[in-house]
Amino acid sequence: MTDAIAADHPQGLARARDYLHAGSTLRSWLMSTDHKRIAILYGITITVFFLIGGAAITVVRLELVSPNGNFISDDTYNKLFTLHGVIMVWFFLIPSIPNTLGNFLVPLMIGAPDMAFPKLNLASWYINLAGGLFTLAALVAGGVDTGWTFYTPYSTMFSNGNVLLAAFGVFIAGFSSIASGVNFIATIHTLRIAGMGWMRLPLFVWSIYAVSLVMVLATPVLAVTMLLIVAERWFGLPIFDPAHGGDPLLFQHLFWFYSHPAVYIMILPAMGVVTELITCFARRAVFGYTFMVYAMVAIAFIGFFVWGHHMFVSGQSPYASLIFSFLSFVIAVPSAIKVFNWTATLYRGQISFEAPMLYGLGFVGLFTAGGLTGLFLASIPVDVHVHDTYFVVAHFHYIMVGGSVSAFFGGLHFWWPKITGKLYSETWARFAAILMFFGFNFTFFPQFILGYLGMPRRYHVYPPEFQIYHEMSTLGASVLAAAYLLPPVYLGWSMFRGTRAGDNPWGASGLEWQTSSPPPPRNFRSPPALPDTVYDYHAQGKAPAADQASPRRRDSEARQNVDAAR
Amino acid sequence: MSGFPIFPGEASTQAVSTDHITAGLTVLAAIIVLVVFGLVVGFAFRYRNGSRAKRGDLPEWVARDVEIGWTAATAFLALFIVWWTIAASLGSLAPQPGAMEIHVLAKQWMWKTEHPNGAREINALHVPMGEPVRLMMTSQDVIHSFYVPQFRIKQDVLPGRYTHTWFEATKLGTFHLFCTQLCGTEHARMVGDVVVMRPEDYARWSAAQPQGDDIAADGASLFHTLGCAGCHLGSAVHAPQLAGLYGKPVQLADGRSVVADDAFIRDMILKPKANVPAGYEPIMPSFSGLVGDDEILALTAYIRSLKDARETRG
Amino acid sequence: MTESAAALREPWTSLEDQRRVAMFGMWTFIASEILFFGALFMGFSVVRVLHPAAFAEAAGHTNIWYGSANTAILLTSSFAMVMGLRAADLDLRRLAALCLAVTAVLGLAFLIVKGFEYKDDIDKHLVPGQDFALKAGAAQIFFSFYWGITAVHAVHLTIGIVLVSRLAWLLMRGDIAMRSPQFEVTALYWGFVDIVWITVYPLIYLGGGRS
Repeated sequence: MTDAIAADHPQGLARARDYLHAGSTLRSWLMSTDHKRIAILYGITITVFFLIGGAAITVVRLELVSPNGNFISDDTYNKLFTLHGVIMVWFFLIPSIPNTLGNFLVPLMIGAPDMAFPKLNLASWYINLAGGLFTLAALVAGGVDTGWTFYTPYSTMFSNGNVLLAAFGVFIAGFSSIASGVNFIATIHTLRIAGMGWMRLPLFVWSIYAVSLVMVLATPVLAVTMLLIVAERWFGLPIFDPAHGGDPLLFQHLFWFYSHPAVYIMILPAMGVVTELITCFARRAVFGYTFMVYAMVAIAFIGFFVWGHHMFVSGQSPYASLIFSFLSFVIAVPSAIKVFNWTATLYRGQISFEAPMLYGLGFVGLFTAGGLTGLFLASIPVDVHVHDTYFVVAHFHYIMVGGSVSAFFGGLHFWWPKITGKLYSETWARFAAILMFFGFNFTFFPQFILGYLGMPRRYHVYPPEFQIYHEMSTLGASVLAAAYLLPPVYLGWSMFRGTRAGDNPWGASGLEWQTSSPPPPRNFRSPPALPDTVYDYHAQGKAPAADQASPRRRDSEARQNVDAAR
Repeated sequence: MSGFPIFPGEASTQAVSTDHITAGLTVLAAIIVLVVFGLVVGFAFRYRNGSRAKRGDLPEWVARDVEIGWTAATAFLALFIVWWTIAASLGSLAPQPGAMEIHVLAKQWMWKTEHPNGAREINALHVPMGEPVRLMMTSQDVIHSFYVPQFRIKQDVLPGRYTHTWFEATKLGTFHLFCTQLCGTEHARMVGDVVVMRPEDYARWSAAQPQGDDIAADGASLFHTLGCAGCHLGSAVHAPQLAGLYGKPVQLADGRSVVADDAFIRDMILKPKANVPAGYEPIMPSFSGLVGDDEILALTAYIRSLKDARETRG
Repeated sequence: MTESAAALREPWTSLEDQRRVAMFGMWTFIASEILFFGALFMGFSVVRVLHPAAFAEAAGHTNIWYGSANTAILLTSSFAMVMGLRAADLDLRRLAALCLAVTAVLGLAFLIVKGFEYKDDIDKHLVPGQDFALKAGAAQIFFSFYWGITAVHAVHLTIGIVLVSRLAWLLMRGDIAMRSPQFEVTALYWGFVDIVWITVYPLIYLGGGRS
């Protein structure tokens, strides 16, 4: 079957050594429909956006060292945190894991040669890039000062910022999400290798499937919301305008109907990644596979019905708030199950602590802290107090940065040998992982206290009694920034000077490890062999074998095997 | 204040009940964090690569029972917290009968407050201790949010409608008032002070304010200058009499029944055709664009004072 | 190269699989589109509930003749689309091309009628703004949704017209395999755009208190 594909292949790419060598011109990258190359393209753009968003918040954090705000003006401050939010949410976090790791790995993990719609896959990158450029244009053309939430009537009738370009950029980027979602759903439904049933999918694939459902069903509502903002601001069509009898709360309902599920777009794939990391380095099948699957699907589903917990103080009906509060507690149950199952997976394992595992364990800790503070926000009386304060800021950074970004770095380190075929410096990687964990906690833990004390978010000057916590936070942020700058250096170094990785340096069980590193253009030279069970780390009823013990040793053995095979 | 404040002062009745929930949740969260972290660290040590700990698979039923066990436990715990916090929020939902009413008007970037006797303040609010205070708030432009951390109250203030919140101060002192909904360039400067005084001090303070008229008297003069009195104070035109109206249910021509509260009076002034009382012709003109938010507040206060007048008379 | 090989695309090895996944992908996209239009209809309905009288009055000022004519045109176009699909199934290249061309022309006719309707609305000052014809504030919101919903629908229809014309053109030139899944996928999209209009029509045109 593979031969038939290779023969049909128009450009003869199948004969190239690996996907990285399947053409070296710029065009061969920019016009590639190979899911692995598109993943790299996404990787480049999200890195650029991450740096831009990070630079913006660096200035904000420096400004907050002093309570009097004499470093930048009010207006600049508002524009910088808006830029940070818009870029990080829509152009870094949402595409980060699904479109880089997901794009690279989903076809490999299910034994497919590519995504179901390769051209659509490439198109979605271009659409995302176009949206990003519009948003950056808004920055160059004067900035936006509405916050990433674009609340009306401020955004449509009062703001002097360049709301139009930014909203339009987000509108466009939405279609990239929808296209990716459709593509993943179709791929996972139709391209699984023979014998791979739904209950044998790696949980990372399940997480991408769940997140795709959310992308496909929630993003269009965001698109409409942005369109209505553009209509009201640009064409002067009153829609939410209270002077004409419109309802600003309608905007908030529409916005959060997307933006709460969007939180799950960011965290679900992270959960998938972490499951792969923990199982591999504990050398243990995941505890409660079916519960993990149901929990993921339940989170994606219930996630559509909790948006009103962003609106407890908005003036919505208090009875609606009660129901949203109830549903928010309900969604805590599947999230808790996931944490317990990761913990239980460690039980009776054979645990080693390579850098990806450190990120994975860090994720469990930070996600637990972030999730538990979510309980405070789901309780109406406490939320009334801490809503729109630094407590909320700390909470969602624990989920999105402590959670998603940690998982992204963990996944990047885990699959880096597969993506590039090279090994990075384990020492530096462990150091960066530990630094990131502590830097993160130094930055955001003080913000919980700050928020409960009553420090409102989006304030550029503040009463002096809050200063001490802002100073701690800024100090932590500089540690965090240093930790983020390390991986590009040693990972970049490994691409040129790193030792060659074997096909399966970690001794992991997924199908993606059965092909060469980096994989050939059509992924598999011969069809991969499906293991007996998913996460086949030890045979039923047996202790982990001695030869499974050390991933690094297996790595060198694997390398010898590969060399022998050549 | 200096050093490391870790807990905001409790200066209202809500602050106490909110902090009870916070404390409960903090204990719960701490226990869960300790258990999870303890297990992760413990397992990571005991089952580290190459250790001599006993390994091997668990029987299938153990895994399943454990899983069902903690799913059920989490679900019950979640339900318990829901019951607890919902009971607490339902308790504070109920409007305080006889509460002192203060009007709050928010605009970019200031707070204007008006006391029952017409005393007005900007970016400040003086209130008596130990007396429930109900805030009736609206905005002239964008969405703002009224937040007093020491009271643990927060409520968005919207243009084009009224929102309410209430508190009962329990401590003397000056407390921060923050706007917590991003409202434009000077959002961070839309702050003020809430001053809690002894009731007798408050009485002295408010009497000493250069209010001139009280707010209802303002409303009364507007009632005449705007021509409301022409129809609504006994004339040939068939229009509803307003004395005793406030707070009572009103039967509408389309069959609905609504309570004549602030929002209703505002609607009647701006959009009289939307709510026609049963038995009257829809002849009242709209005053939309003719009266500002300040004036609507004054008219409302006047109509409310008519209620009082009647009750004393009857 | 055989007929089916000509229609085959990466990464598929059988036309049956390719057709299945193409249809599946389009259905998934339509699910997304339903939420897109659903959000607009929901927003419209919320304001309608808040201001029933103003909305009824405003709906009375829409042009029901143009709206009804367009409903008829679009329904007929779907009939032509289905005929074209059947013809392609039966390998009748010329008939299929003709039916698709008729579909595209009817779609174009819809846009032309819509253009006349827009002209009429502009002449009657039904564009929200300074010299809007109706007094009630919420009537402006009605017309905001009117312009927004019909414009977004027209954009969808324009995309459909381009897709259908392209297929008709390829059929006439003989550049496309009759078994290509593109026919079914395009027909599905066209049917969806048609159904959206069938929802828009009562929502906007029939809600008025006409005498």
